[in-house]
Amino acid sequence: MDRRGFIKTTLVAGTAALAGNQLCAQDTRQPEEFVGILVDTTRCIGCRACEIACGEVHDLMVPDVLNDGALEKHRDTSDKQWMVVNKFETEKGEVFVKKQCMHCYQAACATACPTEAMNQTMKGPVIWDGDKCIGCRFCMVSCPFGVPKFEYNEWNPKIQKCTMCFERLEVGQKPACVAACPTDTLMFGTRVQNLEIARHRIYSHPDQYVHQIYGEHEAGGTGYIYLSAVPFEQIGFRTDLGNTPYPEYTKEFLYGVPMVLFGVPALLLGLNALVGGSEEGSEGSFDFEAKGDGGER
Amino acid sequence: MVHFVIQEMKPRGPWLTPFNIISIPVILTGLVILYFRFVYGLGSVTNLSQDTAWGLWLGFDVVTGVALAGGAYVITFVVYVMKVEKYHSIVRVTVLNGLLAYSFYAGALLLDIGRPWHAFNPYIGNSFGFSSVLFLICWHFLLYMVAEFIEFSPVVAEWLHWEKARRILKRLTLTTVILGITLSLLHQSGLGALFLMAKPKIHPLWWSEFLPILFFVSSIYAGLAMIIFEGTVSHKVFRDLIDPKSHHSFDDIIFGLAKGAAIGMFVYYFLKALLFIHDKQWTLISDGWGYWYLLEVIGFVLVPGFMFAFGFRNRSLKTIKVAAVMALLGVVLNRLNVSIISFNWYSQAHYYPSWQEIVVTLTVIFTEIWVFRWVVTRMPVFTSDHRAR
Repeated sequence: MDRRGFIKTTLVAGTAALAGNQLCAQDTRQPEEFVGILVDTTRCIGCRACEIACGEVHDLMVPDVLNDGALEKHRDTSDKQWMVVNKFETEKGEVFVKKQCMHCYQAACATACPTEAMNQTMKGPVIWDGDKCIGCRFCMVSCPFGVPKFEYNEWNPKIQKCTMCFERLEVGQKPACVAACPTDTLMFGTRVQNLEIARHRIYSHPDQYVHQIYGEHEAGGTGYIYLSAVPFEQIGFRTDLGNTPYPEYTKEFLYGVPMVLFGVPALLLGLNALVGGSEEGSEGSFDFEAKGDGGER
Repeated sequence: MVHFVIQEMKPRGPWLTPFNIISIPVILTGLVILYFRFVYGLGSVTNLSQDTAWGLWLGFDVVTGVALAGGAYVITFVVYVMKVEKYHSIVRVTVLNGLLAYSFYAGALLLDIGRPWHAFNPYIGNSFGFSSVLFLICWHFLLYMVAEFIEFSPVVAEWLHWEKARRILKRLTLTTVILGITLSLLHQSGLGALFLMAKPKIHPLWWSEFLPILFFVSSIYAGLAMIIFEGTVSHKVFRDLIDPKSHHSFDDIIFGLAKGAAIGMFVYYFLKALLFIHDKQWTLISDGWGYWYLLEVIGFVLVPGFMFAFGFRNRSLKTIKVAAVMALLGVVLNRLNVSIISFNWYSQAHYYPSWQEIVVTLTVIFTEIWVFRWVVTRMPVFTSDHRAR
């Protein structure tokens, strides 16, 4: 272990002891059990059955897919729709892409949340708890994919985002969108399995796919992973997000906190004693002129 | 005692001052807007959107307001820890300003968060988000307000003629000062850390992994410039409350503060320049964003820094006062650039605050000034007790 590593470990241990081992919670999860969904965009026909299923299961807006012409423009998820399918014109023709929460392995939103209302479950899905949420919208600011949405026109607003149908997973069902998909575009499974399937498809059909799995490394790895026939920036993905898990960006700052919290008062007390010299009164006085008449008035 | 407090609650002085004529309608309008905000949601009065989750109320009231309130921890450090007696006479008013700024500007968070009735969740029960920067800031705001109140409490005790309480509270000062400085250091930098995870959304000229350090260093000179600005205004407005002797010493204090501010600004500028060169951002300054960045860093950091230094050398109060205003504008510009202006810089839909957001912001500021005025005209803030009565 080098010196940097040692210092870091010491600080982690110190912080963890202070923070009631919350920071270590992520490390106890088993990556093999981590579930996710594989989206093979080459298979999607844009039927939007997933959008309907999502709306029905979660009591959200159910789109009229035959008549609303929604594919003509690029939509974002909203406080009324947890997922949308968009159509992209590419060099290989029309490509349909499902968009929703990516369920990051180390979620920025859950890290940002001051009350753990946005919560990373042990199995992977990131879910929201309204009893804890204070509505600060720090999750929205922090999410690299811009997923959490806020009900701006409610007196008691909720954060709306895909939960990977956490309550269905609990009773052994698949997520609603996966169950509704007629073309096996969507596959639910552990993330490890999904990655193997995705790699296998790329190896066996090297001409059909770009040799990248979006979400394998992006933002530290996500529960949702994508396959594509065209480069990902052509179908609405940000490819400049980096592979660093987003919580890493604030980790070093937070590790510094206990140092400052205990180190600075010690330093200040020491300085105060070093400067010394002054009479008893001015040490704690809040008076106008500390010298002379200040102290004992 | 009760009778005394009721007597003190009554307004004093003339009603039809220019400040009252402007502020009363603004505050009343602000209250009406806040009624709509709490009944129909944030969207009914703000221009916030799914892409712009934080607007003027957070970017200006909280992030900028707290930076400008940095004077209290700097001055208490100088006076109580380093025992520099020269600045003793401005401690009370600076601490009062800090206390009120935190109460109102950090308090403005309650207007901005969607579920303010859950605001105590970070403080109670099983929902501690230890990994959250905002959690840290929530706690620090609360603890710092308590520390500031304890620091200020001897003045309240003096006002109420509680001699015994005053003596006890006085003894707590050094402890709370040290706690206050530590907390300030952490939450001033914490406000910068809020934006660390927003890396892909903030223009690379403003995002840096050193945002916490940049925010902390700039809060030092922001606080000093604010003391110069507020002190100058107070010495005009509350002239008869201030002991003539301290009129004279205040000029001397301003020179000291200007020197401190100049050093702070040069350090900050050096840090900015270092980051700029280290990140090889030359290509970024050739467009509108680049010019905007240069305006902030050169026009509102380097230039006022030199003006402070010049004013200190040539004993020119006027140069220093102009520099203070420019330095304050520079800090406002920087905080707004990070939190609002360069946020989602690539997006077509830009956020502009609605008039309602501006009115509510003014309501917060004016209400603070009302409370400040009420306190300084009653409690021995500008002058010590035996002179006041």
